[in-house]
Amino acid sequence: MIGIVGYGSYVPRYRIKADDIANQWGADAESFKKGLLLEEKTVPGPDEDTITISVAAGRDALKRAGIDPKEIGSCYIGSESHPYAVKPSGTIVIEALGIGPEVHVADFEFACKAGTEAMYVAYSHVKSGEMKYALGIGADTSQGAPGDALEYTASAGGSAFIMGKEKVAAEILHTYSYTSDTPDFWRREGEFYPRHAGRFTGEPAYFEHVLSSARGILELSGLKPEDFRFAVFHMPNGKFPLRAGKALGFKKEQLEQGWVVNLMGNTYSGSSPTGLASCLDVAKPGDLMLITSFGSGAGSDSFILRATDRLPEIQGLAPKVRDQLADRRIHLDYGKYVAYRGKIRMNEI
Amino acid sequence: MITPRYHREIPQRYRLEGGKCTQCGEVHFPPRAVCRKCGGREMETVDLPRRGKVLTHTTIWIPPAQFESQKPYVVAVVELENGVRLTCMVADAPPDEVKIGTEVEIIFRKLQSDPRWEVLQYGYKAKVVG
Ligand SMILES: [Zn+2]
Repeated sequence: MIGIVGYGSYVPRYRIKADDIANQWGADAESFKKGLLLEEKTVPGPDEDTITISVAAGRDALKRAGIDPKEIGSCYIGSESHPYAVKPSGTIVIEALGIGPEVHVADFEFACKAGTEAMYVAYSHVKSGEMKYALGIGADTSQGAPGDALEYTASAGGSAFIMGKEKVAAEILHTYSYTSDTPDFWRREGEFYPRHAGRFTGEPAYFEHVLSSARGILELSGLKPEDFRFAVFHMPNGKFPLRAGKALGFKKEQLEQGWVVNLMGNTYSGSSPTGLASCLDVAKPGDLMLITSFGSGAGSDSFILRATDRLPEIQGLAPKVRDQLADRRIHLDYGKYVAYRGKIRMNEI
Repeated sequence: MITPRYHREIPQRYRLEGGKCTQCGEVHFPPRAVCRKCGGREMETVDLPRRGKVLTHTTIWIPPAQFESQKPYVVAVVELENGVRLTCMVADAPPDEVKIGTEVEIIFRKLQSDPRWEVLQYGYKAKVVG
């Protein structure tokens, strides 16, 4: 049996409400909130980045796994917001988690799909017998240009998953990927904010890849939507994942637990992995779960997982996603938000 | 600027590694070459507990230039569960949230990111436990 041995998520404490972003730019808050199905999003503190989020999530994954970090053979971090252009985030994360130095480290990028990429490769190493345990993380502190629709959703957070053959809490039964050249969203080297092709991002990009990947893995597995307790689809906004789920034949009750976007925003590489973590927080032995990510450019990864008897034993060993979403939030006003996000040009010190 | 000292101190800054005197058991943080209690010179590496409580604290309104973006922030002396004391910033905390006796956990955060062409510096801070 191969699968998730330990998992952890991190949700920053700071938030900004969609109302406050809309008011700043003279936009109609109600229509944005209705259009995106989003109330507020997480904001990283001035001392947080993809590296600190990865460490926090990774530490909780280690707590749940209950293994010696030195037994982890690889550490992969998927992110669209690695703090360095040159120097892997993973080098710092392994030091902080006590992993290595005998460890294979790489940073992955694939817009919002980089997290499931990291999970996919970590899983494959264990499956091949190359490593006892492997760590895959999806984390981001993403930025949208001021006033752009992305500013309402781009948020911060992440999740970490330790894959292994022993102590499995959620077995990975199948994997599937679907990728094509679809220029829906991009950022050229040296540009600060990404660009997106407006309405082009929906049908030919998100829905084409998410639905194809989910249909592909369902066919591969011979399972039907009603066989699953939970399904998670990448959450660029509140609407897309619900529409994708409905198109595939999933019901609201199957989608709700992993649908964290209304309170969290789009955590990019951390989005569907954190949705999965939220499902793992409450799943019972035998429950089947489907997760499908999406990364612009574009591609989707799908996993089918089944909870084992060990899952309930580890759920309470670290903070749950929905508890973190509710815990002692600090709401920033727009001015404080742009200062925290480094959107104001300051004098060099 | 990044210094050889920062690199050398990574185990204590990132992982909270202390030095335990093999002779008398005294735990030092940061680690020391010579035991302050018995003068012993043999130390073993130990991971310090991450939970503790605030012994005393102050709010910094006028910080050094490199911490300007984080002001106001709280700096606290924290006593860990094993009695070891350390001084650090308290992350994400409005000043009125930190009191003497407040339970904290030691976490990993970015300490310094300016100037923007330099190496980022990471290390420990405290976080109020909910
Ligand atoms: Zn001694």
